[in-house]
Amino acid sequence: MICQEAHRLIHPYLDGELDLVRSLEIEAHLKECQTCAQAYTELRSLHSAVSDAALRFEPPAALRNRVRSAVRDESPDESGATNRSARLSWRWMIPAMSFAVLVILAVSLLALLGRPSTSDLMAQEIVSSHVRSLMEKHLTDVPSSDQHTVRPWFDGRLDFSPPVKDLASAGFSLVGGRLDYIGNRPVAALVYQHRQHYINVFVCPSTGASDTSGRALVRQGYNLINWSDSGMNYWAVSDLNLAELQQFVQLLQNDRAAVRAKLLESVGRRVGI
Amino acid sequence: MQEENKTAQFEAIALPLFGAAYNLARWLVRDDHDAEDVVQEAYLRAFRFFGGYRGGDSRSWLLTIVRNTCYTWLQQNRSRELTEPIEDKLDEVGFSAENPETRLLQTLDAQRVRQALAELPIEFREILIMREMEDLSYKQISTIADLPIGTVMSRLARGRKRLRELLVSRMSKESLN
Repeated sequence: MICQEAHRLIHPYLDGELDLVRSLEIEAHLKECQTCAQAYTELRSLHSAVSDAALRFEPPAALRNRVRSAVRDESPDESGATNRSARLSWRWMIPAMSFAVLVILAVSLLALLGRPSTSDLMAQEIVSSHVRSLMEKHLTDVPSSDQHTVRPWFDGRLDFSPPVKDLASAGFSLVGGRLDYIGNRPVAALVYQHRQHYINVFVCPSTGASDTSGRALVRQGYNLINWSDSGMNYWAVSDLNLAELQQFVQLLQNDRAAVRAKLLESVGRRVGI
Repeated sequence: MQEENKTAQFEAIALPLFGAAYNLARWLVRDDHDAEDVVQEAYLRAFRFFGGYRGGDSRSWLLTIVRNTCYTWLQQNRSRELTEPIEDKLDEVGFSAENPETRLLQTLDAQRVRQALAELPIEFREILIMREMEDLSYKQISTIADLPIGTVMSRLARGRKRLRELLVSRMSKESLN
């Protein structure tokens, strides 16, 4: 190796960038050539002088945190949101706040619309109660197929007297009665059986003034029918199919309607209509 | 990439390189306060470009952005520092020890070297900082400075030669006084 070539390769040799063969050649040359060896020694001392840690500039301690929070301000996740809003000018703040108010209104409206209605909550409670009554072997407090036994049993247990009707002749036999607690008040639960299916009829005084006809709902696979009649609110729930449940409700209502018709008739007769 | 994840990943990659980033910026703009601004700007840029980072050499990736931010900043604020173009000549790469004064180099102290280094034209200075202080390979430097490896080699050789000359001339002046 000649000195000119050595001068060219001495830097990559020092920097560890030479392949093994070239490195060995340089090393051989440095052993032979005093001038080049001297140059290499100088180069090494210069290298170690510049790479001295004292020459490095260390970032001020606060800078790292400043840069970090600047980056977080840039990122749209929550950690930076507060810092960024602090930097927003008022010019932007006003439309931004108006927009925020609109968003809040829209969200509240959606929440109101999406909130389950009272009757939905009621339906949920009714299904739970129905399921529980079958699950806990607590179907009835007063097991009787006799309406004249079941109805008086509620006396003194409730502040109202639920109408009880045996519909055994139509295939819906009365199993008994039970006290339950739904919609923050004690209610009467009348239990009927149709083949292997149980029907719970929950009865309590209605809050609304007018009578309503049957409204059918399905919750968790159970059919529910809700109606009110003569100041009483009724919920019938069963795993029975809807048609048969409607038939059952019809029978209960018809019975009530028949009684009322008879009553009106007798009143009418008395007043001479 | 999820946004929260993105920030966390960016911090995990970029914050450990904070010292290297600041050191390079500080040596390029040669002012504490300006270096702070440039590093902050570089990190914000890096964060914006982070989506395009596909793994690999994170130091080269980040320092490229730091270097570019420095050059942009110098262009805007101190453009005359960039107006002295250098010629890359491969035949000027020798390192001669023929000058008897070279022995003075053995008594180098940090303060002297620091001053001489700061006086070097930026083209040589940046290569020396990257090679000697950040211990980057020729390949990494060529990526960061966007130069062919041959140019990196020649600038490194010329930079060392110039640095040595600066140091020698200073020390001879001092010894004369």
